[in-house]
Amino acid sequence: MNLYRDEGIVLRTQKLGEADRIVTVLTKRIGKVRGVAKGVRRTKSRWGARLEPFTHVDLQLHTGRSLDVITQAETLRPYGEALVTDYPRYTAGIAMLETADRLTMGEKEPALRQFLLLVGGLRTLVEGDHEARLVLDAYFLRSLAVAGYAPALESCARCSTPAIRAFAIQAGGVVCAACRPPGAAVPAAETIGLMIALTRGDWASADASEARHRTECSGLVAAYLQWHLEHGIRSLRHVERL
Amino acid sequence: MYEGVVQNLIDELGLLPGVGPKSAQRIAFHLLSADPADVKRLAHVLLEVKERVRFCRVCGNVAAEEECRICRDTRRDPHVICVVEESKDVVAIEKTREFRGRYHVLGGAISPIEGVGPDDLRIRELMARLADGQVTELILATDPNLEGEATATYLARLVKPMGLKVTRLASGLPVGGDLEYADEVTLGRAFEGRRLLDV
Ligand SMILES: [Zn+2]
Ligand SMILES: [Zn+2]
Repeated sequence: MNLYRDEGIVLRTQKLGEADRIVTVLTKRIGKVRGVAKGVRRTKSRWGARLEPFTHVDLQLHTGRSLDVITQAETLRPYGEALVTDYPRYTAGIAMLETADRLTMGEKEPALRQFLLLVGGLRTLVEGDHEARLVLDAYFLRSLAVAGYAPALESCARCSTPAIRAFAIQAGGVVCAACRPPGAAVPAAETIGLMIALTRGDWASADASEARHRTECSGLVAAYLQWHLEHGIRSLRHVERL
Repeated sequence: MYEGVVQNLIDELGLLPGVGPKSAQRIAFHLLSADPADVKRLAHVLLEVKERVRFCRVCGNVAAEEECRICRDTRRDPHVICVVEESKDVVAIEKTREFRGRYHVLGGAISPIEGVGPDDLRIRELMARLADGQVTELILATDPNLEGEATATYLARLVKPMGLKVTRLASGLPVGGDLEYADEVTLGRAFEGRRLLDV
């Protein structure tokens, strides 16, 4: 595989040397790839915004000895342009990109479902029909599920009884009174209902939720996510809620 | 791997931005074969720069005194502040000779993924400078890439209640690029045609 082509979402960029960047892209077929974009930081660069985070690009890369080299890039959808003018949406989007990067561990391991979830999440964020933090929490819940970490929400994570009482991160979701470990949070029933709605994509219910349940939901989802990802999501601290 | 002090030198050089292991090795061997007087001069400048240069207490630009040359210059327009990410951006804009106001150096851009939030930049200091109402225009000259744009969006929203004119450098700058690489003509034109930001 000397020259290869795929579409993907740019997850992050890092400066390399004087004018280059290393660009990490979650692609549709190949999975996560890292490629060098040469001269991208110079004035006369031909790349422009095509290799900025959030951009849905069609890429061509050349397999290199240590890092692959990006030889072509065409913009399919410039999600960043819309997100960058709205700070809360932008920070929610950045948290999505970081999570997608963290949940797809190896390079060039196909992760089609994670790719599709990310594209769907960014599109929903840009469309602006739902509160940014709700979109982010829905994305967290679904990407955790795809990664195999779906929290139990409808019956006890330990004994499967439907009479639930608390939310215990270390137990894997909601638990009944008998299985409840000490210190487990006791969220409102509406909060668990919101988490279920977000997981299923039931936006009518999610949009109708009250602010206090959204805040509680975000707290539980964030804690659950941080517990499953070793170093946590760094950008989450900077996500704003309007 | 080389012995002791040579390897230490290569390791230290390798920590510099833009210097990979190969370049670090090349620089190290250049220094080993250079005239001792040249190396002494380099070492002296390195120490001197750390001892003598500080950051302007007003704008955050590099300065040889408490306040930088631009902040001390009474001919500079006190009604306009141009916000940039780094001191090197001040140098780039000064070269265009288009701007006669003051600067504010943030010390970077907001980058949530790197853990850099608004509190990690000199934004509080900027707000303090704007508090007395003397400044009427704020030019946001952060880099024309995603993080620079997001930082500009954040600042525009933050200062909105103060009712001052907030502008952003016009297009023509390399999207995705660094401000410091823009040539003088392009940067000058971007200044002249700056657009009003409305958030
Ligand atoms: Zn149970
Ligand atoms: Zn100054």
